[in-house]
Amino acid sequence: MSEVILAATDVRKYFPITAGVLKRTVGHVQAVDGISLELYQGETLGIVGESGCGKSTLARVLMGLIPATSGSVKLEGEELVGMKPSRLRKIRRDVQIIFQDPYSSLDPRMTVGKIIGEPFEIHAEVAPKGERRRKVQELLEVVGLSPEHINRYPHQFSGGQRQRIGIARALALRPKVIICDEPVSALDISVQAQVVNLLENLQSEFGLSYIFVAHDLSVVRHISDRVGVMYLGKMVELGTEDQIYERPTHPYTQALLSAVPVPDPGLRGHRKQIVLTGELPSAANPPSGCRFRTRCWKAQSVCAESEPALEVRDGGDHPSACHFAEVIDVTHAAY
Amino acid sequence: MPESDILQAGTPADSKAVASLYFDTTAPLLDVQELRVDFQTKEGVAHAVNGVSFTLEAGRTLGILGESGCGKSVTAQAIMGILDSPPARVVGGKVLLSGVDLLTLNEDARRQIRANRIGMVFQDALSALNPVFTVGWQLGELFRKHRDFSRKQAKQEAVRLLDLVGIPAAGQRVDDFPHQFSGGMRQRVMIAMALALDPNVIIADEPTTALDVTVQAQIMKLLADLQAERNMGLILITHDIGVVADVADDICVMYAGREVEKADVYAIYDSPAHPYTQALLESIPRVDMKGQQLASIQGLPPNLTSMPSGCAFHPRCRFARERCREDTPPLYTVTPGRLSACHFFQEVLDS
Repeated sequence: MSEVILAATDVRKYFPITAGVLKRTVGHVQAVDGISLELYQGETLGIVGESGCGKSTLARVLMGLIPATSGSVKLEGEELVGMKPSRLRKIRRDVQIIFQDPYSSLDPRMTVGKIIGEPFEIHAEVAPKGERRRKVQELLEVVGLSPEHINRYPHQFSGGQRQRIGIARALALRPKVIICDEPVSALDISVQAQVVNLLENLQSEFGLSYIFVAHDLSVVRHISDRVGVMYLGKMVELGTEDQIYERPTHPYTQALLSAVPVPDPGLRGHRKQIVLTGELPSAANPPSGCRFRTRCWKAQSVCAESEPALEVRDGGDHPSACHFAEVIDVTHAAY
Repeated sequence: MPESDILQAGTPADSKAVASLYFDTTAPLLDVQELRVDFQTKEGVAHAVNGVSFTLEAGRTLGILGESGCGKSVTAQAIMGILDSPPARVVGGKVLLSGVDLLTLNEDARRQIRANRIGMVFQDALSALNPVFTVGWQLGELFRKHRDFSRKQAKQEAVRLLDLVGIPAAGQRVDDFPHQFSGGMRQRVMIAMALALDPNVIIADEPTTALDVTVQAQIMKLLADLQAERNMGLILITHDIGVVADVADDICVMYAGREVEKADVYAIYDSPAHPYTQALLESIPRVDMKGQQLASIQGLPPNLTSMPSGCAFHPRCRFARERCREDTPPLYTVTPGRLSACHFFQEVLDS
């Protein structure tokens, strides 16, 4: 396997909950609670989970947009947590992000040329002043927009085109890692495929590594080499795309996969359906032991007492954080 | 309430129970014919809905599938009579509810039809519910206004409904405000509201788009169970090809304000007869398969104020010929009950 480019070890991010006029801290939202992962050169690591599971917070912590509470994030062996801001700014060149909402992530008062060229002003060494315009035009071409659009404003573009602008901006500094935070979930289906294909082509062209955060399990399967499943700030299962989708062992992964509708009416009633009851517990006061136990049909007393570690278990071939991990095929029809 | 309108529509009716009296039960439950809606905009007139027709029978589910801007929500709002006009204007067509054309009724009569006959579930429950009233009060309002219930009776009904849609501890939660509910629970409140007065038709406009998949599964199951129990007609409006495949009986695919294909759900997924449907099905990744490169549809949906000539899909279509540029395709009958607005549907079927 190729080398590790980004490694996170036991990363935690707690947000304080304050109360009263003095803003005393009365508790913490444990948005990300002890996550370890490795991103290899040239691969796509998908992170899935429902809203509120901490996947976007994790993405931001990984690129140092918000400081981690504890733990370590290493980019090519260099520690990012606690790094001096001036050095962090330099190193950010190598890790860029694409946001979900192509409407609010582009400044409406800046032209496309300015938006895509802004990274060059912070990292002037990448492109000398005279060359910037040409570089921006090149980038527009790379993402499938016309170079003549350089003087237009974001409102003159459709959602899919705006997302291409966001991608061009992320590409400007020739990063090694791009963190994609729900990059296609705001787009229409016919446009979604265009952007997914673009991301894949850019990956092979520039040798990028992606962390692809999304709630759409079908898109994540399509684009990812490996997938991590998050629930309430914890990673509950981690494996290759094939392991997670074909041989899931964690009950939450199974419930999640079984709930994804498949565009084939012939499979109606033939797929295993696990409908979860109850709601996502609060991350400020998570359940003891296994965090999923309050909604899990397999839960026993051991689940409340001891927290299952993310490790390879009997009968499985990849790490799963469940005391009773076993493979159930939920994506295919069972006749 | 002006009685004359009601009388014109058929049989005499007292204003409160207008619903139950003059409807022809042998006619289709909901029959939309050649519906047209225009929007007056600064750039000119946008033909948001351009001659849409479909029929819905009791107990059936019709899925209306399309991307944003294809006119699917406007169609729903026109049926409900809740379009903002201006700028919107219904410029043609009929909406027959058990034989009665809703578009000819006055506002009072339409208000009676809404809630009593047709219920609607909106996408964004947080903005559809009033933030300053408790959910119990908002649910009870239907009974106070339409059924002359006392406040106490109305509240009892509200509790019963919350219970029906599976909200735990309904007796206590009835006094909560919308923001105190989670997204899934709010959507349940919306469903309770749509069901309150036992309508015959439910229109669900993207009911699960803002929800997580596990919650989506719960809500779709709830809708399907209630529909079967009450033998209602359900119109499910969505852009999610997977969701309709799971629940719909018939599918109507819309593009640029027109239906481009209409068929039963098995036929359409098995062998689409319109290039747009075909391209949509090929462009989505599936959770049960590891795909290769996705086949994407080139270009963008057209601007409704300056629609392409001929077939609106021709600039993005892989089957497009000269004829498509000039000649707007009618809805051809592919097989009985199956329609496609493509000159070359046979070629699409064979490919």
